[in-house]
This record gives sequence, C-alpha cells and structure tokens, in this order.
Amino acid sequence: MDALDLARWQFGVTTVYHFLFVPLTIGLGIFVAGLQTAWHRTGKEHYLRLTKFFGKLFVINFAMGVVTGIVQEFQFGMNWSEYSTFVGDVFGAPLAMEALLAFFLESTFIGLWIFGWDRLPKRLHLASIWAAALASNLSAYFILAANAWMKHPVGYEVIDGKARMNDLWAVLTNSTALAQVPHVVSAAFVVAGGFVLAVCGYWMLRSKAEMWRSAARAALVMTAIAGAVVAGTGDWSAKLMYEQQPMKLAAAEALEHDTAGAGFTVVPGIEIPKLLSFLSTYDTEAVVPGTEDLQRRFEQEFGPGDYRPDQTVVFWSFRLMIGFGMATAGLSVLGLWLTRRRRRMPDWLSRAFLLALPLPLLAVTAGWLLSEIGRQPWTVAGELLTAASVSPGVSLTEVAISLTVFTLVYGALTVVEIILLARHVRKGPEETEHAPAAEQLQPSLMY
Amino acid sequence: MIDFWFVIIAFLWTGYFVLEGFDFGVGLLAPFVSRNDAEQRQSLQTIGPVWDGNEVWLITAVGAMFAAFPAWYAGMFSGFYLPVMLVLVGLIVRGVGLEWRGKVENPAWCDLGIVVGSALPAFVWGTIFADLLYGSAAAAMLGGAFSLSVCLLHGAVFLALKTDGRVRARARTAALALSAVTLPIGVIALSGMGTIPALAAMAALAAAPALVWRHREGWAFLAMAGTIVLASTAVFTQLRTAPLPGLTLAEAASGPYTLTMLSWIGLIALPFVLGYQGWTYWVFRKRVLTAAGQ
Repeated sequence: MDALDLARWQFGVTTVYHFLFVPLTIGLGIFVAGLQTAWHRTGKEHYLRLTKFFGKLFVINFAMGVVTGIVQEFQFGMNWSEYSTFVGDVFGAPLAMEALLAFFLESTFIGLWIFGWDRLPKRLHLASIWAAALASNLSAYFILAANAWMKHPVGYEVIDGKARMNDLWAVLTNSTALAQVPHVVSAAFVVAGGFVLAVCGYWMLRSKAEMWRSAARAALVMTAIAGAVVAGTGDWSAKLMYEQQPMKLAAAEALEHDTAGAGFTVVPGIEIPKLLSFLSTYDTEAVVPGTEDLQRRFEQEFGPGDYRPDQTVVFWSFRLMIGFGMATAGLSVLGLWLTRRRRRMPDWLSRAFLLALPLPLLAVTAGWLLSEIGRQPWTVAGELLTAASVSPGVSLTEVAISLTVFTLVYGALTVVEIILLARHVRKGPEETEHAPAAEQLQPSLMY
Repeated sequence: MIDFWFVIIAFLWTGYFVLEGFDFGVGLLAPFVSRNDAEQRQSLQTIGPVWDGNEVWLITAVGAMFAAFPAWYAGMFSGFYLPVMLVLVGLIVRGVGLEWRGKVENPAWCDLGIVVGSALPAFVWGTIFADLLYGSAAAAMLGGAFSLSVCLLHGAVFLALKTDGRVRARARTAALALSAVTLPIGVIALSGMGTIPALAAMAALAAAPALVWRHREGWAFLAMAGTIVLASTAVFTQLRTAPLPGLTLAEAASGPYTLTMLSWIGLIALPFVLGYQGWTYWVFRKRVLTAAGQ
C-alpha cells in the first residue's frame, strides 16, 4: 500500500459518493420544475403540494451534491498534482467553464427559488427553478467533456511534457463526450425517476389520493423514456469504445484473444454467438481485439508494462450496470402498462418500486467503475499513466489522514441524509389551502 | 495575457473573500447574537439565499487557476495538503448545516457545524496565503488570526446591516467589541506587509468601527469590503512575482490559445454572472425580521 493506492481509493470513494447525489439533483430538479409548471398552468392545488414536497427532498439532497462536489475540484490538485500540471491547459478549461457558466447559475437561482416563494412574482419564481435545474444539466455536460478527454484525448498537442490545447471546439464536441453526456444525464433521470417512484410507492400503499397517481405516472413516463435513451446511447458508447478504448471493451467481455465473430457473454457460461461483434460494429463477423493481443501491441507501442485493467471488476461492473439499469427501466415500463387508462397501481408494484430504490444508484455506480477502472492504467489514454499522475510531494500519511477524514465525514452525513429524507417522505406534503401563503412557506423551506 | 489572467484570478479570490467573508462571520456570530431559535433563524437567513452563490466564487477561482496556471493550482493544493483538507471539511459541514438546519429536529448540531465550518476556512485561508508570502509558521498564524478576525467583524457589520430589532443591536455591540481585537491584529499584519494597498486596507479597517459607532451600517459594510479588497490586492500584488516559491507565473501558465479562449468566455459570461448575482441581493435587500416581526 503506497500513497498512489490510497489516492486512487480516495478518488474512487469521493467520486462514487458524489455521484449518488448528483444524478438525483440533475433529474429531480427538472421533475420539480415540471411539477411547478403543471401547477402554474393548471392551478391545481395538488401540483403545488407535490412541488413543495419533492422540492424539499430536492433541497436536502442538493446540499450533499454541492459540498461533495467541492472536494472533487480540489482533489485533482491535492492528490494528482502531476496529472493537473500535465492536463490543466486542456482539462481545466471545461472545469472553469462549468463553474462560470453553470455553477453560478445553479447556486444563485436555487437560493432565489428556496427563499423567493413569497418575494418573487410567480413567473420569475418558476423561471428560477428552471434556471437552476437546467444549469445542473449544463454542468454535467462540461464535467463529462473533461472526463471524456481523459479516455479519448483530442484537440491538443504535447509540448515540453505538457498537454497544450489547440482546439477547444474539438474538446467540447469530442465524440466520446457527445455519447457519454446523454448516457449519463438520462441515467440521472432514471435515478430520479426511481426515487420518485419509491416515494410514490410508499404513499400509494397508504393513501388513495389522486396526486400520488399523477406524480407516479409522470415519473413512470420519465423513467421509461430515460431508460430507452440510456440503452440507445449505451450502444453508441460501445461502438465508440470499440474504436477508442478497445482494451476496456475486451476487459469488459473477458475476451483474451482477437476474435472474429465474437460472442457476447451474458454471464459466464451463457454466450450469445456473434453478438459482441455486432454490438461493436453492426457487423457479426468483425474482429474484436482481445486483452492479451492488445497487451502485446501496447507493449510494442508504449514499452514494457501491464496495460490491462482489473478484469474482474470491469467485467462484472459492466453486467451489473446493464442488469440494474434494465431492471429499473423494465419496472417502469411495466408500471406504465398496469396503470394505463386510470388504472390504480397494484400494491405489489408499489412495494417493488420501494425495494427497487437502490437499483439505479447501483447501476450508475457500476457504470462509473466500468468507465474509470476500465481506463486504467492511464489517466489520459496513451499519454499519462496513473502511476505518473500522483502528487510526488504528498506522503502516505497525509493521504491516509484525508482518506480517513473524508470517509468518516461522508459516512456520518449519509446516515443523517437518509434519516432526513425518510422523515420528510413519511411526513408527506403539507396542506396548502388553509394556511396563508407566507406563513406556511417560511418554516418549511427555510434553511 | 498571463498578467491579465493573474488579475482575473486575483479578482475571483477577492470576490470570494469579500462575499464569503461575511458568510463566515455570520455563521460564527449567529449563536452569539441570538437568544432563541427565531433569532438564530433570523441571523442565518441574512445569508441563506446567497451563501451558495458566494461559494461559487471559490469554485470559479480554483477552476480558473487550474485552467490558466495548472502548475500553480497543483503546487498550491498538494503543498498545503492538510490545511486544504481542513477547509474542505469546514465547507462540507457548514454547507449541510445551513441547508439542513430547518429540517432537523435538533438544530444544535447544525449550528455547531455552521460555527466550526465557518471558523475553519476563515482561519485556514489566512494561514495558507500568509505562508505563501512569508513561508514561516509565525506569519501563517498571524495571517490566520487576521483573516478570522476580519471575517468576524465583516459578519457582525453585515448582521447589523441586514437585521432589525434585538439581533441588530447585539450585532452592533459585537462589531464594536470585535474591533478591539480585529484592529490591533490588522495593524500588526498589514503594517508588516507595509505596501500601499496594505496601508490603505488598514485605514479602511480603522474606519469601519467608527462608522458602526455613528450608526452608518451601510458605510461600515463598504469599509469592511474595502478592507478585504485592499488586503487581498496587497497579497496578490506580492504573489505576482512568485505565486509559489521557485515558480514564476510564466512557468505555471497555460498556452496562449487556452488563455485567449478562456478570456472570451470570461468576458462574455462574467457580466451576466455579476448581473444576476447582484440582482439576488436586490431581491433580498430588505432587513430580515424574526417570524414574530421583530
């Protein structure tokens, strides 16, 4: 165990943790904005109650996304100073743009929305939640453009041992990013949809109120559509992976040797012939490279070293991602069918949605493990090794301290967050019709 | 172009210190100027709608450093590893404390998180920048004491400006009492720097309590903001020749292409950011009262 290992653990722990809250922020923000728009358009009381109810859950979760995100931005400099110095010229640009173009918008308008219920004109207040929610989605684009560059670097040249950007447009329209952004953002909508469905499921077991059915229907539509987009863009990503990151693809399939007409292993022992070649290229006879043959070619290109990622993790995270993701999307399609034409949600399905709450979160976590462990041993594919990226001046003790501190703080906050969310879900939406607007809004939505 | 980006980054850090400076001060002082939960909420509500936006000044300053001066960014945060970790822990517990306070059964834990989470960054940022300038533990401690005490006074003045009733009166008293600590520390720290902006900062700092005394809270707030702007200017003027020991700006900088691109984006976006953030302060310009209207 050295500083490099701990730095990698720290990045893994803080990033996976950060991304439990972010997808909920991305998807739930738009969902709440949609509810408030529905209230604005129809004037129906229950949309207002739902807006405030899910808005409160959104705010509880939003805080966690923000504070864990700050750690991410500093972490590159703290643990990965060699990486930061090498890539800053290119990688820093989308990060700076994210802060300037998205974070200011998001944080300012979320403040206006939370505190502006009785202070802003209704339209402006509605615009605030849309601005904040759209800014969250915009920030996803910038950070994913930066992330995609690590896997498929474009628009740069290496001068004096540093990457120098020479085409910002190429960085921002990197094919890897264009496929990854809709994949990750739609996955975020599946997470948010799964969350809303679990909450609605809990309430539909206890109440026949129409508002739960309407919220659940909206979430079902959102989850089903988003699930289809996740699948479609996942297919697109697989084709890009074949071209750009063949080693990751080979490891994800545990394919050792270059194979023509390669089959797809569903789980070890069950193989669908020729499907992998088809998924990679639309050609059932195409040659898919294998890890061992790639290793040999990489050694010729980059010199001695092990260029294979951890096969077990990559193989299984790929399958868990697809399995958990499809299970969530499948449940939502089933739900759409069973609740068609004003049919009531069956109780067993409400229970299933409650139990399925962790599935999309596990799917996105598995997706990131596939994406980032599959990228190893590189931080920047073909340019910089992870082992050469770590801060040389930071000691094992220092990384151990910060890893321990962040893990403990994050662990404690998880407990509080879950308790808070559960309590507010159980409490349910507050009545809005009897209390005068200003009074009942203040305590509920106040910091 | 390199100098231009150094100025931009200095501007972003300065904006951060001015804006989050009073956030930190309010977070620290809220339990001391409030006698009950309603007053505590009143105090915290002065920063409620704006603190998150204020914090983005830090995110942007750091993002801009990463993009424009990668080696400076990398060297500074790996060099001050544990202090930066303390800042991050502070920002985490303070952020969730502020957001969750109204939603928990026992807000005492949140209040503790807000106090600790405001104190840590307010102190540690001062130590980091003083250490960068002078490289000694004594200077770092003095820098930390300076930034912490200035944040406290800045927060007290802001509370006096933004509240009414009993909290306002107590914040005013607190501002006057704190001046007795902040002024001497400020005189030692700023006269030690000895440059023109540092001495001007000292004058602005001296003016603030006098203005509080004469019930000119708006002017006192401007004097405190001026103190921070001038002190930050003094720090960054001195950092220009060597942002890190043994590193020049030119060595740390990104290429001209990146800096040009970022300049265009910044020049187009920044006026909008300043516009809508300023507008937020306008929306919430009224003094904050307790729920009972005091």
